Amino acid sequence: MNTSTQDNFTANTGARVQEASEIVVSNVSKTYGSGPFSKTVIKDCSFTIESNKLTVMIGPSGCGKSTLIQLIAGFETPDTGTITMNGAPITGPGKDRLVLFQESALFPWMTTYDNIMYGPRARGEGLKEAAKQADFLLAKVGLEAFRDKYPTQLSGGMQRRAELARAMINKPEVMILDEPFRGLDNMSKELMWEYYASLYEEDRNTNFFVTTDIDEAIFLADRLLIMSNLPTSTRSVIEIDIPRPRKIDTLADNQRSNEIKKEVMTLLHEEAMKSFSGGSKAAADFLDAYSKRAE
Amino acid sequence: MKRSKFIDNLFSRATLRGITAIVIFVLIWEFGARSEELTGWRMPFLGLVPAPSAVAASWAGLLGDPSYWQSWYMSFLRVFGGFTAAMLLGIPLGLFMAINKTFHGLYFPTFEIMRPIPPLAWVPASIIFWPTQELSIAFVTFLGAFYTIVLNVLGGAKSINKQYLQAAQSMGASQWDIFRRIVLPATLPSIVVGSAVGMGITWEVVVAAEMISGGGASGGAGGGLGFFIWSSYVGGSYEQIVVGMISIGIAGYFSSELLRQLGGFFTPWLKTR
Repeated sequence: MNTSTQDNFTANTGARVQEASEIVVSNVSKTYGSGPFSKTVIKDCSFTIESNKLTVMIGPSGCGKSTLIQLIAGFETPDTGTITMNGAPITGPGKDRLVLFQESALFPWMTTYDNIMYGPRARGEGLKEAAKQADFLLAKVGLEAFRDKYPTQLSGGMQRRAELARAMINKPEVMILDEPFRGLDNMSKELMWEYYASLYEEDRNTNFFVTTDIDEAIFLADRLLIMSNLPTSTRSVIEIDIPRPRKIDTLADNQRSNEIKKEVMTLLHEEAMKSFSGGSKAAADFLDAYSKRAE
Repeated sequence: MKRSKFIDNLFSRATLRGITAIVIFVLIWEFGARSEELTGWRMPFLGLVPAPSAVAASWAGLLGDPSYWQSWYMSFLRVFGGFTAAMLLGIPLGLFMAINKTFHGLYFPTFEIMRPIPPLAWVPASIIFWPTQELSIAFVTFLGAFYTIVLNVLGGAKSINKQYLQAAQSMGASQWDIFRRIVLPATLPSIVVGSAVGMGITWEVVVAAEMISGGGASGGAGGGLGFFIWSSYVGGSYEQIVVGMISIGIAGYFSSELLRQLGGFFTPWLKTR
């Protein structure tokens, strides 16, 4: 684990020296259960999370995206295939690959400040420096006034920002985000997109972001991985060459953005149809009609 | 600021409602108990019970009696002795069963066979194998709280959101740190609930155990509130039976309130919900 933990955080800006950190997933399969109850969730899946890019993975809901995160984070191991980070196989969870979960995983019994300080305190390293960094990050995510509040006293958007801060203080080489803005209302969601994108644009660390939301995917991604339905594999990769910083309102009129959106929608509809119809004629007809309407 | 809040609470609607309810209850009781002398018709049940005024008079006489307070003291001692032992043994045991599969597999079946045995069924056995009567009552009291506390701690520790554990792991936390700063606080609310329920059972058990085991060496005063009720019944002082019952109600209320306050102190984040 923790192959490179040298301190490359510049104390006052929070910006990092760029460093190569690439995750390669090759021919990975994962099956749960055995015998007649077994379910293959991921089959022969390969892709690369390129260094210093924001890779977004999109796929129909219920496909193995969360399982892939469990594998990349090292909480589970693949049945076949390999996952490597900077060439070394992943053997377990580590702070070089930090995960931000779907629902808020802030510890309810800790204040915002204690939550942010959890990582450094758990490892017992550089606590003085970390305390300074925590104050800096609190200011950066706009939560100074909520430093001593518990998570339940924060709004949904604040919780996600606190979680970003809790992750960033650990200076992860790769940030893994599993549908982090799910469940937020549309306004907060769009604000979070812009906020998160600006954080990313500041230091361009390697980020891996999983979502089911096409607009979110196109707004954020440098590279977009489109996943197939179960068992999951990589269906297609699109480079999103829209210049940064992007703006939500102008993106709607952007020709290139709309082309990509149409392409992604077509692919996703095909995949969704496979799972949704599942042999049912009525469901297949409905999806057929729906995809026609979308065109 | 704090004082005015206290006064606000004192005169709040909830307090007024509570007082009204108690006053109405006492009035009905008083009328029921005196129904025969007032109307010639005896109200069922209440007609046989001593009137609250008579109970109050009897109580007033007891307030200066040291052996009445000795009964309070003895019952409290047994409840808190048994309860504290149940916490000290039950919390670590529940936590250990939650984090260690081998230990869970070894111990849980025995635990589940012992658990349905009512604490009072242990009274004869515990009188035989504990050297003093005091210890046997404390043991039975301990059993009353023990199983509830263990089950609550075990359930609480096992139902921790997996994402908390994974988040901590992914930030590089050690097993010990995860136990101390994730598992333990996440289980605290269950510990508080388990203690509150356990405390209630403890009072039920101690009173019954005291009734069975009798007055003890110090001529009846060592018997606690349970024996106080029993000896009042044997002596034919029905007012004192009711005094004893209300005393236990008050004692139980203060024990629960104490636990609530302690629980709130240890789980400050729950107040924000």
